[in-house]
Amino acid sequence: MRKNTTSSIISQLILLVFVVVWIIPTFGLFISSFRDKDLLANSGWWTSLTTSQINEIFRTENKDSQYQENGNYIIKGNFFDNIKGKKISSFGITSKNINQFLVGEKAILKNGSEITVFENGDYIWKSQDSFKHKNGKRIFITALSPPKFTIENYKEVLFKEGVGQAFLNTLTVAIPSTIIPLIICSFFAYALSWMRFFGRDTLLAIIIASLVVPLQMSLIPLLSIYNDIGAFFNIGAKSYPGVWMAHTGFGLASTTFLLRNFIKSLPHEMIEAARVDGATHYDIFIKIILPLSVPAFASIFILQFLWVWNDLLVGLVFLDQLPSEIILTAKLRELLGSRGENWEILTTSAFVSMTVPLLIFFLLQRYFIRGLVAGSVKG
Amino acid sequence: MTIFSFIAYIVLGVTACISYYHISNYLLDFFTKKVFKKNYNDSAIRAFIFIAPAFIVLLVFILYPVFETVRLSFFDKFGREFVGLDNYIWAINDPQFRRGIINNLGWLLIVPTLSTFFGLIIANLADRIWWGAIAKSIIFMPMAISFVGAGVIWKFVYDYRGPGDEQIGFLNAVVVFFGFEPQAWITIPVWNNLFLMVIMIWIQTGLAMVIFSAALRGVPKEMLEAARIDGASELKIFTSIIVPYLEQTILVIWTIITILVLKIFDIILAMTNGQWQTEVMANLMFDWMFRGGGDSGRGSVFAIVIMIGVVPIMAWNIYKHKQEQKI
Repeated sequence: MRKNTTSSIISQLILLVFVVVWIIPTFGLFISSFRDKDLLANSGWWTSLTTSQINEIFRTENKDSQYQENGNYIIKGNFFDNIKGKKISSFGITSKNINQFLVGEKAILKNGSEITVFENGDYIWKSQDSFKHKNGKRIFITALSPPKFTIENYKEVLFKEGVGQAFLNTLTVAIPSTIIPLIICSFFAYALSWMRFFGRDTLLAIIIASLVVPLQMSLIPLLSIYNDIGAFFNIGAKSYPGVWMAHTGFGLASTTFLLRNFIKSLPHEMIEAARVDGATHYDIFIKIILPLSVPAFASIFILQFLWVWNDLLVGLVFLDQLPSEIILTAKLRELLGSRGENWEILTTSAFVSMTVPLLIFFLLQRYFIRGLVAGSVKG
Repeated sequence: MTIFSFIAYIVLGVTACISYYHISNYLLDFFTKKVFKKNYNDSAIRAFIFIAPAFIVLLVFILYPVFETVRLSFFDKFGREFVGLDNYIWAINDPQFRRGIINNLGWLLIVPTLSTFFGLIIANLADRIWWGAIAKSIIFMPMAISFVGAGVIWKFVYDYRGPGDEQIGFLNAVVVFFGFEPQAWITIPVWNNLFLMVIMIWIQTGLAMVIFSAALRGVPKEMLEAARIDGASELKIFTSIIVPYLEQTILVIWTIITILVLKIFDIILAMTNGQWQTEVMANLMFDWMFRGGGDSGRGSVFAIVIMIGVVPIMAWNIYKHKQEQKI
């Protein structure tokens, strides 16, 4: 019995290690997408629940805001502009020594003026003579910042960075690119299973061969066909219908194969009985096969939808990289290039692109797994 | 684009598709029953109606392009002049091509092996633990995420700041915590390939796991119990009963992941774009499709190299299918 308990504990520990390693990257991204961007740039996401120490640079107001009091010239203000909760612990006036002074101490500048910074971000800058600074004085501060979460990042990427538009574009690509292959492949699969015609077995062999043909084999010739069509009709070569058809083509073999396996497994007595009663193949398909195939359709729909949603290559090659056509994955890749250091934008955009797949994943996991397992039987 | 035109687009595409089948079948029924007054149910015309759209798509999007790509690989960059093996000879002498081949081989060796191995272990462990279902869900989740999304997730993990600064990338934070120097992981040649492979393993382990999980249910319970009564350790049971029993499944998962890895593209493009010696075939191909206005000859060579990788798998699939048809 003891042996069993120890081995069970070891099993649990090993599994726990896997789970932790697997969840940390996604979890970090998720937390980061809700963090304030200054905090995100200065501290790790694992510190997000603790008060963190950050170093920042601010500028005081310039000479325009000075006023006279008791013979002194004074500039007053607050660095934090109403952001509450941050506490300054020390400050400095040169980049070499950024925490030279504690809060409340007087720092004396070269020109004899003195500046004091307080815990809440207030500062007073006093001078005997009037200020002549066109730009304010740079002040380096070290502050303690409490945990802070915000949805600002989401507002920013959805409406300013064009990720919201890309989200709609992706939907426009994904929905027809999933439904069209489902329709045409279900007829195809039915014909391959229950209709007799010349060359059926060869056709099936071609489908099985096509299952593994890399889509790279199709890209160059297809792109030139698209360009020719575009030039012939004098329209852009890249369009939504074009990308729907491309996805239909690339998903055709696997969708047909999965559906054919399913339709073939339905009891043939049922179909023969209907035939004897004089039903046409179209009637049989609509009235018998379709209702029975709903679970199989659900699985295949999810597989194809996720494949299209997550695709990058087809979207890059067959769509314009303009705001009106760019898809989420392509947008994300563009942001990785142009906003490589703005983690608040990258993490949030990545999370936006993951919302739909994750939603499908958590709500329809059963169908998703069923489809994957069915597809793997032959691979 | 407005929401309205978005919906219009979708409705248009789908309606066109459905109405083709409905109208053509209706017309066929009308002519056979009403006009010719006979019932030809097995008519070749109906088979044609059912097959035609899918077959045309297959022809235009898969079959024709495959032959065309082979042809283009022997032609110049515009696909006009026959140049014989020039493109292939160029490729063999191109350092990037060779780097790509070596990297692709590395990917093929490491990713399917580790994904399958981890998947098998996790499936085996999770089925015996009460919180196994939750664990499986978590491990499977990356399967739903796009490669680019996964790229962003891991780029954040690998993020690098200078030694003096506070690290915001998790990996470097751990490294610094244990007193080592932080590293710019994805820019260290050769090793960076491993860090990119981690992403793919992270995604594909979930796939291996669910398929193994389904297959494990087929392992006869009596056999396992008998082994346990005889005092076999769990490790022994795993290596002597479960692994041999799952041999076929292991092979299938291996092939699926191998095919995926041969085409690996998104992760490389998003993370490094082939810099720091991380180049792979699919990324080189994408590059040459557009570099300098596009070179269809050289681009095709890369596609064909990928294709050569899948040919054995393809032959094996067809062979297996033929065997099944005989039974």
